[in-house]
Amino acid sequence: MSHPHSEPHGDCLEIFARLSEYLDAELPAVTCQELEAHLADCPPCIEFLYSLRKSIELCHGCEGEEGPPPLNPEARDTLAAAYRRMLARRGGVDL
Amino acid sequence: MAGEMQVFDRFVEVFRKKIFNYSLQMCGQREDAEEVAQEALLKAFQNFDQLRDPERVRPWLFRIARNACLMKRRKSVFAPAQELSLEEFLPASQPGGTPRRLEIADWSALPEDQALRGELRGVIQQAIAELPEIYRAVILLRDVEELNTAETAEILDTNAEVVKTRLHRARLAVRQKLDEYLRGRRN
Repeated sequence: MSHPHSEPHGDCLEIFARLSEYLDAELPAVTCQELEAHLADCPPCIEFLYSLRKSIELCHGCEGEEGPPPLNPEARDTLAAAYRRMLARRGGVDL
Repeated sequence: MAGEMQVFDRFVEVFRKKIFNYSLQMCGQREDAEEVAQEALLKAFQNFDQLRDPERVRPWLFRIARNACLMKRRKSVFAPAQELSLEEFLPASQPGGTPRRLEIADWSALPEDQALRGELRGVIQQAIAELPEIYRAVILLRDVEELNTAETAEILDTNAEVVKTRLHRARLAVRQKLDEYLRGRRN
């Protein structure tokens, strides 16, 4: 599994399927070691892994910037009333 | 009392925006997303007693929101159920040249400029919006909201393995769109 090569080959397909689990530290230790042994000799997989990691980082917090329109007073009153009832039931609460 | 209402206002401000954004991506309609955010917060206050661990308020709220989204599901956004295969995201090798390299962009040179960063965000949001619903639901919770695998599985009524599989395919699809964008900029 650990011979140097410069283009994707059969082992890369197995690696390809586990890259997210590797980046999320969700792989079993043995599988993780096998994957790292492969990566050590596989520049294409390293390059791909780097791009996947960057892509995931860019997704963090990438929610819409507009957000909802302001809450109208009537809707706020409804929520506030439900919130007060909740507090009354619980005798105070940490949200 | 004033302190309690400050907590209320802060809670509503933070979670209304989060739920609205999630719901907008899931429902595709601003009006639906607004209603879902309102309904989810109301249900949360009404049913807060059911939440045993206040630390888990975020996944609990998203679960309520997700169910509200399902009630509003519209065929144009939720159907048809489409599977993404791993193979379609394998990058090709560049023809010729030794050693051969993958046809992927130079990710070490991502734009630092604020406007271009904004453009990247747009590419990501569009890529996520184009994903089939089962993948979109997972990547929004795992990578945008940064909930963990177990929380995501609980929200979506599925198991961790399904979440991992769908997340990986969703990530590959988004990476591919970004890669195409970066290569387009280079050219």
